[in-house]
Amino acid sequence: MGGFIARRLLLLPVLLLAASLVIFLLLHLGPSDPAMDYLRLSQVPPTEQALEHARITLGLDRPLAVQYLDWLSSAVRLDFGVSYATQRPVFQDLMHYLPATLELAGVALALTLLVSIPLGRWAARHHHRGPDHLVRLIAFVGVSMPNFWLGFLLVALFSIYLGWLPPMGRGGVTHLIMPAVAISLMSLAINARLLRASMLEVQGQRHVRYARLRGLAERDVESSHVFRNALLPIITATGMHIGELIGGTLIIESIFGWPGVGRFAITAIFNRDYPVIQCFTLLMVTIFVVCNLVVDIVYAFADPRIRVSRQGVQ
Amino acid sequence: MSVHVLSSSPAISLWRQARPTTRLAFALVALLMAAALVGPWLSPFDPNAVALADRLQAPSERHWLGTDHLGRDIFARLMAGTRLSLGVVAVTLALMLALGIVIGGTSGFVGGRTDQVIMRVTDIFLTFPTFVLSLFMIGVLGTGLTNVVIAIALSHWAWYARIVRGIVLSLKHRDFISAAAMAGASRTRIFIRHLLPATLSQLAVLASLDIGHIMLHVSGLSFLGLGVAAPTPEWGVMLSDARQFVWTEPLLMLWPGLALFLSVMAFNLLGDALRDRLDPQLRREYAS
Repeated sequence: MGGFIARRLLLLPVLLLAASLVIFLLLHLGPSDPAMDYLRLSQVPPTEQALEHARITLGLDRPLAVQYLDWLSSAVRLDFGVSYATQRPVFQDLMHYLPATLELAGVALALTLLVSIPLGRWAARHHHRGPDHLVRLIAFVGVSMPNFWLGFLLVALFSIYLGWLPPMGRGGVTHLIMPAVAISLMSLAINARLLRASMLEVQGQRHVRYARLRGLAERDVESSHVFRNALLPIITATGMHIGELIGGTLIIESIFGWPGVGRFAITAIFNRDYPVIQCFTLLMVTIFVVCNLVVDIVYAFADPRIRVSRQGVQ
Repeated sequence: MSVHVLSSSPAISLWRQARPTTRLAFALVALLMAAALVGPWLSPFDPNAVALADRLQAPSERHWLGTDHLGRDIFARLMAGTRLSLGVVAVTLALMLALGIVIGGTSGFVGGRTDQVIMRVTDIFLTFPTFVLSLFMIGVLGTGLTNVVIAIALSHWAWYARIVRGIVLSLKHRDFISAAAMAGASRTRIFIRHLLPATLSQLAVLASLDIGHIMLHVSGLSFLGLGVAAPTPEWGVMLSDARQFVWTEPLLMLWPGLALFLSVMAFNLLGDALRDRLDPQLRREYAS
């Protein structure tokens, strides 16, 4: 187990290094000229002389490998340069907005798990009856619902028509409800459907039938034989949902005026503000990779086949 | 007699066997195709014609779904949006499949060091969340319709490449491939005639399940102002236009969202149906 976690932890910097290389190369081999974008964003007329000057100040006249190593050595010291548009340090600005994004995405993830697991379990327990049909309907609608449209519908209903929830901004719990629901509905629906199917599948397996034959109470069979085994695919699926939740948060932030990295990054992407794009992308990849690492470790703990075999190797 | 012939044709019997959701999927997809093909002719209005005198009208006989803040006919814009959306999906899917087949196929078929290098690159692309990767690609390429297509294809191809590679690897040492090689078939011919067909059913399942995802992606990017540019009748653009009127004209944001929701639902259902037919392994997972 320890070996497994150590190996995964060692892989983390390698993955991030590779991602940083891809980000750097694509941006610098892309069709547009960073010096041109720099001048446009600093509102300097792009004369031949100004371009030459910008290339030298930005270090674009050096070989690509030198530029990458230079960027990387600053990046490991968390110095990602200054924004072309605002001339402010990129990393500090992103860090200023990041907590709000993490708060929203975290609540959305918690909501996904806290709602989908009881929902899927409830449906499987009442297979082919009312609750099952209800959960399948929720899943059916949820997997196709565009999150930004759902955001509008929620605002129209709960802020405009009923006047119960604030339509914008960050503050108390009431501010979190609508954006978190809008972000999480899709992964919640997929998870509930998956857990339901996975429980129904486990229910037909021999160890469950044996438990019933031994005369265990149905409730014990359901909770300790069916539910626990059926939970494993949910852990894997959660790793996949994290990427969707990050993407959803970036969109939903713009609807609810949530002061997170989304709007900052989208402006930068629109303007082709290179230092911001680089830092933002690497930051999101880091969060995604770290979350998936956590998911893998949780899975290894939850699945005795992995847990025991790793211990055996040690 | 003719009834009997009709009922024994395979298409009809398939329809009879189909679950209600599958029938709904086919009906909705057919409706979307029809809307994309003839929809723009059903309305006398140009989807981009600004008529400020007619702005923000309620649905009427003249404007079936009313008009937006610039007096443009919403029905005409929805129909043009359907055409655009389906067109974008078709091109994006074609590009994604081409990249996946060529890269994954090369990787699996050539093997050795080439395979190693290609798979490491694929792994790197898979460490990016797809939406973040397409945002980044827009940052590299700039906004606009073509760039959205490229950005989305570049952020999804790795999944396809992995699947194609897996299937090619599992088949390339089988007897029928050796037999084709001994019969003198060239490597390209072996790949195209013998290996590629084996990948098609899985690719079809994956692609049809991805259609809804691509639609949401395109509209999401356009909604943020990073995709299709403003006057173009696209659902995400329409939603973005409608946002400033959420308080006064909430109906404006209903139509484009509904169109998007129904389209995504139609293709998701179609994907589920295809998966159930073509991929018995996955059927187990979602069996009811």
